[in-house]
Amino acid sequence: MSSTTDASAGRAQIAERTLRTDRWWFPPLRDAILLVLWVAYATVRAFQQDWYFTADQNYNYLTPFYSPCFSVGCVPEASHFGQFLPDWWFLPYAAITLPFLLLFRLTCYYYRKAYYRAFWLSPPACAVAEPHRTYTGETRFPLIAQNLHRYFFYAAVIISVINTYDVVVAFINKDGSFGLGLGNLILLANVILLWAYTISCHSCRNIVAGRLNHFSKHPLRYKAWTFVSKLNARHMELAWTTLASLAITDFYIMAVSAGWISDLRIVG
Amino acid sequence: MTASAATSEEIEHHTFDVVVIGAGGAGLRAAIEARLQGKRTAIITKSLFGKAHTVMAEGGCAAAMGNVNPNDNWKVHFADTMRGGKFLNNWRMAELHAKEAPDRVWELETYGALFDRTPDGKISQRNFGGHTYPRLAHVGDRTGLELIRTLQQKIVSLQQEDHAATGDYESYIKVFHETTITELFKTDGRISGCFGYFRPTGKFVRFDAPAIVLATGGVGKSYSVTSNSWEYTGDGHALALRAGATLINMEFLQFHPTGMVWPPSVKGILVTESVRGDGGVLRNSEGKRFMFDYIADVFKNLYATTEEEADRWYTDPDNNKRPPELLPRDEVARAINAEVKAGRGSPHGGVYLDVSTRLSPEQILKRLPSMYHQFKELADVDITKEPMEVGPTCHYVMGGIEVDPDTGMSVVPGLFAAGECSGGMHGSNRLGGNSLSDLLVFGRRCGLGAAQYVDGLDARPQVQEADVVTATERALLPFTTAAEGGENPFVVHQELQKTMHELVGIIRKADEMELALKKLEDIAVRARTVSVTGGRAFNPNWHLALDLRNMLLVSMCVAKAALERKESRGGHTRDDYPVMDPEWRKVLLVCSAEGEDNVRLERKEQVPMRPDLLDLFEMDELKKYFTGEELGGHRATAQEGAK
Amino acid sequence: MSYWARFRVWRGDSEKGELVDYPVEVNEGEVVLDVVHRLQQTEAPDLAVRWNCKAGKCGSCSMEINGRPRLACMTRMNTFAEDEVVTITPLRTFPVIRDLVTDVSFNYTKAREVPAFAPPPDLKPGEYRMQQVDVERSQEFRKCIECYLCQNTCHVVRDHEENKQHFAGPRYLMRIAELDMHPLDAADRKRAAQEEHGLGFCNITKCCTEVCPENIKITDNALIPLKERVVDRKYDPLIWLGNKIFKRGDVRAAKQ
Repeated sequence: MSSTTDASAGRAQIAERTLRTDRWWFPPLRDAILLVLWVAYATVRAFQQDWYFTADQNYNYLTPFYSPCFSVGCVPEASHFGQFLPDWWFLPYAAITLPFLLLFRLTCYYYRKAYYRAFWLSPPACAVAEPHRTYTGETRFPLIAQNLHRYFFYAAVIISVINTYDVVVAFINKDGSFGLGLGNLILLANVILLWAYTISCHSCRNIVAGRLNHFSKHPLRYKAWTFVSKLNARHMELAWTTLASLAITDFYIMAVSAGWISDLRIVG
Repeated sequence: MTASAATSEEIEHHTFDVVVIGAGGAGLRAAIEARLQGKRTAIITKSLFGKAHTVMAEGGCAAAMGNVNPNDNWKVHFADTMRGGKFLNNWRMAELHAKEAPDRVWELETYGALFDRTPDGKISQRNFGGHTYPRLAHVGDRTGLELIRTLQQKIVSLQQEDHAATGDYESYIKVFHETTITELFKTDGRISGCFGYFRPTGKFVRFDAPAIVLATGGVGKSYSVTSNSWEYTGDGHALALRAGATLINMEFLQFHPTGMVWPPSVKGILVTESVRGDGGVLRNSEGKRFMFDYIADVFKNLYATTEEEADRWYTDPDNNKRPPELLPRDEVARAINAEVKAGRGSPHGGVYLDVSTRLSPEQILKRLPSMYHQFKELADVDITKEPMEVGPTCHYVMGGIEVDPDTGMSVVPGLFAAGECSGGMHGSNRLGGNSLSDLLVFGRRCGLGAAQYVDGLDARPQVQEADVVTATERALLPFTTAAEGGENPFVVHQELQKTMHELVGIIRKADEMELALKKLEDIAVRARTVSVTGGRAFNPNWHLALDLRNMLLVSMCVAKAALERKESRGGHTRDDYPVMDPEWRKVLLVCSAEGEDNVRLERKEQVPMRPDLLDLFEMDELKKYFTGEELGGHRATAQEGAK
Repeated sequence: MSYWARFRVWRGDSEKGELVDYPVEVNEGEVVLDVVHRLQQTEAPDLAVRWNCKAGKCGSCSMEINGRPRLACMTRMNTFAEDEVVTITPLRTFPVIRDLVTDVSFNYTKAREVPAFAPPPDLKPGEYRMQQVDVERSQEFRKCIECYLCQNTCHVVRDHEENKQHFAGPRYLMRIAELDMHPLDAADRKRAAQEEHGLGFCNITKCCTEVCPENIKITDNALIPLKERVVDRKYDPLIWLGNKIFKRGDVRAAKQ
């Protein structure tokens, strides 16, 4: 078991795996529950293949879970970039991008912390002994692949551009007129948050200028780095907020698309 | 564990060329130099490597590099230092210090130090009290930490070089952590080694070495309110005394006017001078800004006499006189002391220092971040809303081991001293920022001096076995007396601190100091018979029992010298002799040991300053400090030189 | 003003030990270290504890207070309820010497394994020119007071003694980051960080940052940037290709 309670190395002999008296178990438990709930919701929605686009209304709301909609099963107006994926029930309509988004978040330095603690219990909390006999961290396969984070970041940037395009398109009604509704505002807020989360990525911080040793010779990149660093300090908050904003955006569009509610229109 | 069982123990034995006692800035710089001279060097530290008191230095390291103001040079720095020390300084030390400090700072950069920078990429320098130009190289308010870490890492770097060459990291420099030296050995009048114990195990250790560098720091733990840590028990001072060396200037202690007084855990911890510089005002319990009552005549035309004028100074310093809160450290310390004694103190025995009335919370957070956090975290006081409670705290000892300025060797051949435990450099009062540069300049000189001394020896003095037995017995004495029911060393220590704090504190009177000397004699008897419980492994009360005799010996020097010097100068203030006397400038008080717990005091004439150095000052200024006789002689020499 | 607190202090050595209960007086404004000192002055004169500056600047009084790695001099008693039992133990990652004192030599060994600052060969003392913005990152890491709380709390070695040999720990990985970001350091440290000092063991669970009394953002500003620099060097084919094509493979260029 953990060396913490093992006296053979000459450590103080204390049987308890932690002497913490606070609710150290709460944050990992909370994170585990929230992550499981979110993944469950996202899985159901990704495979549902319905209520992802406001097909029956005059305006064009496409949920980010289905963007870009590459499947031949997509509503034609929802496919901004063509249709070529076969329409199989087990293949999400956005099957090209969803894996990259998943991997971007899976290899994200913040989410790694969250799930290593919440699911692997490695460690469950600081100064609480973990249950594993051995530990090699990210030194070997498969976890050494966490080092590929920056490639998923590149992909996430491209996907964020697509999401942004979707948001812009949503301002143009099907009859070509300008439209503005609550859905637009939600889509816009969501895409801003997605950009903030993407830009605040640690890999981005390194690429922008973190890898330089002479900021003074690259004033523009230094400025960008300062900005990214500020966002980076909020990476955890952004990670959770974007999970929420994605779910809310998707749910709103589902509700409007399914006709449970009607969009609150401001213009058109 | 009994004494008899222990005396038969095997004593660990090491042989080195140079042994450095103390691992603060001076000790580490000395060790680096000794190693660079090819000497096998031991570094002995009471704490862990890298924890020395040097980390507490905040302001910076004074060196006339002229990075911020190009007019600065060693001559200006020298003059500032002499002025600050009221011309009692050893002028040769002050000269070497001013000349060599820039090289020592630049050298740190090659070791990896990262000082704050000027816009053109040089080391930035800041203003500080007593320095004519911006002169202090700094890293925020943690310059001491940077210095100690840099030197520590340089030692590691040298060990890596040695490892590459010999396969052993410790072939040239070995660090002995948590090791206390209790005795120095001499053979035929020369240093031959030293003796001590490992704190974790309590086992004894003996070092045979022809040269020993003392770099043990100060003596603050003899006082009840101090900014010093437990290590500052005057070990180097006392070891030197017992080995036959001499101490000078021991009457000069610097009391910083503003230390924290509450909560008890942080009593004595410094509140930086910048608080007052940025607009902090001092008030007593009646809400009165009392400093206006304490402006001495000599300062009357330099400081504001009304609150209105003082307030205007912060925004318009050119047309108004500065507020009396910014009087020299000793003046402010005395005033606070007087207010508290008159019953107008704060609930915890200090006065109020308020910065919240003049600065906005944002300004305070920007200019005084560490002070804000210090009070927030330690005292639960929000200095943006409430006043701080402050009082004087024992900060630095100007006095120390009398050494040769160029080599750092004491009167005992083979015994060297650098840093706070050496004396002379700062005269009667040290300027802020001069201690870090002192450590570097004289640490290096001691390492060099020790190496050269070792090279010049025909044969190494051999440690006398009988001395080792005596040292062992003395170290175990507190266990022996345990059987006879002696006192708890903590109790005796507190008594010593109280005596020094109350009777040989900031303001001194003849009758009080006489009483203090009587009490110290009494404490000496009690200290000899303190007893300890428990074993030898990491036993704090045994450690204190042994440190106690060092503090006692040093305190006696302080008290005797303070009683003898019948004038007020720098860090020595006599209620009964309140003015500075040029006749006393020429006099150094030299302290030496008489037996285990008594000291002897002698007067010694100050060496006259070299004429070319005297010429750096205006005659009008010199007249304030020197006797006419001295200056008359100088003028004559100068005229002769002109012919 | 003052009250009697219940303290449980671990007493013992590497052979055996136990938590001993002490009732002890606590006064207003005190920190845990004051209470430990009071125990020394009253009931437990031989209670071993390491401390120096008592102002959070030297990093000596590291211990575990109610299971949390902390500096005793910076843990105020009013953060506990008066009836709360305060349990203090030595650091649990290092071998114990006695009572609250542990053998921290692991850290000194690791410090020695990190190659020192490599001064630029073409600059003499006094010729160093560095811009403030270029030294600020490394300066943050040099705030470290070496209390070893991060080394103690890191589960890589806390829970797995066998990893001590291969893992430098957060403090010394941060030291590598500090030197790698130093504008004038002439050595390349990225490959060694991963292959010799065990950067890959770090799973960025941030306990080092959580316990740092100097509030250094160890994970975000040192460890993750260092991981990214290693990726630059070891796992990024684009950069590898770029370096091949533009022949920028030499050390100095890679550090720009």
